[in-house]
Amino acid sequence: MSKLTELTIAEAREGLREKSFSSRELTQAHVDAVEAANDALNAFVLPTPERALDMAKASDARRKKGEAGALEGIPLGVKDLFCTRDVRTTACSHILDRFTPTYESTVTANLWAQGAVMLGKLNNDEFAMGSSNETSYYGPVVNPWRRKGSSAKLVPGGSSGGSSAAVAARLCMGATATDTGGSIRQPAAVTGTVGIKPTYGRCSRFGIVAFASSLDQAGPIARTVQDAAILLQTMASHDPRDTTSVDLPVPDYEAAVGQGVKGLTIGIPKEYRVPGMAPEIEALWQRGVAWLKSAGAKIKDVSLPHTKYALPSYYIVAPAEASSNLARYDGVRYGLRAKGADVISMYENTRAEGFGPEVKRRILIGTYVLSAGYYDAYYLKAQKVRTLIKRDFDTAFEAVDAILTPTTPGPAFALGEKSGDPVEMYLNDIFTVTVNMAGLPGMSIPAGLSSEGTPLGLQLIGKPFDEETLFRVGRVLEEAAGPLAKPHDWWSKAA
Amino acid sequence: MSVDRATVRRIARLARLAITDEEEARLEQELSFILDWVAQLDEVDTGAVEPMTRVAAMTMKMRQDEVTDGFCADDILKNAPQVDDAYFVVPKIVE
Repeated sequence: MSKLTELTIAEAREGLREKSFSSRELTQAHVDAVEAANDALNAFVLPTPERALDMAKASDARRKKGEAGALEGIPLGVKDLFCTRDVRTTACSHILDRFTPTYESTVTANLWAQGAVMLGKLNNDEFAMGSSNETSYYGPVVNPWRRKGSSAKLVPGGSSGGSSAAVAARLCMGATATDTGGSIRQPAAVTGTVGIKPTYGRCSRFGIVAFASSLDQAGPIARTVQDAAILLQTMASHDPRDTTSVDLPVPDYEAAVGQGVKGLTIGIPKEYRVPGMAPEIEALWQRGVAWLKSAGAKIKDVSLPHTKYALPSYYIVAPAEASSNLARYDGVRYGLRAKGADVISMYENTRAEGFGPEVKRRILIGTYVLSAGYYDAYYLKAQKVRTLIKRDFDTAFEAVDAILTPTTPGPAFALGEKSGDPVEMYLNDIFTVTVNMAGLPGMSIPAGLSSEGTPLGLQLIGKPFDEETLFRVGRVLEEAAGPLAKPHDWWSKAA
Repeated sequence: MSVDRATVRRIARLARLAITDEEEARLEQELSFILDWVAQLDEVDTGAVEPMTRVAAMTMKMRQDEVTDGFCADDILKNAPQVDDAYFVVPKIVE
């Protein structure tokens, strides 16, 4: 039997079914891995080993009674943006660092209802605002991958950097994540993992700390396309408590994996060939095209003319919605409270002390673009551009079944390398943000290594509610790329 | 510069965010830079375009107008920084 932490979810499901090992054993192996790795990687902000082992024990008991769910006994990590009942949930912000929800997010409730085991809460950028996990109040996460011949610490992407690093380092079998502008796909790409942001409305947002409500969507990060399909199957649901969640049946995603790409047409948008794109990203993209062609897909050039306006319009819409959502942190009902001479200065001091610099920046941008006299020029304009971005995709999808692009403009960068200039950091999301603006599903698949020896990803964009095609095409890319080398374990301290 | 220091102060006040003089100077630069960068949207002709109000074409569902939740004051108060009996406590507002 191979090391339990090396198994995929599909393999572990099989092993549990055949009683080759128990959930207790599988969970203990992961609890030990977290314990050994967390000082170095900082992927978990709150490991919950006792809870994990209790849940595993209960899972083994259910299995014995023949009541196994779809994720029975599988140990997972949960991004600290998902409210978990009686388990501290902070969004990695100081303003919430003593917050313990009395309710459970729908996505995580779905996972536990199917027997999954929670290993703990995963680090992320504060309120999911960031592309490198460096804005977390609990400090940055370190990518398990390193550049060839270097021990410089690299970022794991963001905002779901704890999720991507933990999955890549074999600390958990899969993780929940959220994606507002690329926060599932970009970290997946730079850690060699698979991440899918489903169509807006596919997963309930109930109980997920809100960032930008018209863009936020939950999804999984896993090590294989099949594992991502297995997780999304359970995470997705219609939920009356989120009026934007859709009342559509959840298709059998796992069945779509392995259906191949024969008969599918894949679009290549020329506007994603951005000025100054690294030659190795271009080469990776071309390799992806060749793989799909040889697997039987038709390739077609498409045009998405408003692509370059997606990022600037995102940086109006997202901060605007964030400034409104984050107005709730006022030091009265939950979270931090600072002292103040009167109620207004109590609010102002609480928020000054509780929020980090990137969150403050976005609250102020959002407040500005929504303020009297500027609303039309900024917010309304951005929402109109958003209509044009969506229209571009609608037109493209008349001719193609899915679209292939790189996920990121480059591989993982070093800690501190890009944190000086906000716009430079924002440019990391240049290929992913369009998908959120149009509410479409997008997936990142590990496709190879950079010249630095670190992972690179390809992104697939699908039609609304057609995640199945992404799983089909994603599996073909995954197969063609072959198994990615594994990051060498430098992070585990001796037991 | 798109924004000056007085504007930074004004929006910080609107956002209920206390900022130091040092932050104010930095934010003047950063916000101006970001707003100048998003100004490229002016190139786009949006004259006849409707603003997006929802990404998926679906009508908002109405639910039955009935009480489905409640009687959980303890839960609601559990994370409050300061409570008295079943009330949130805030600094004195009315003299």
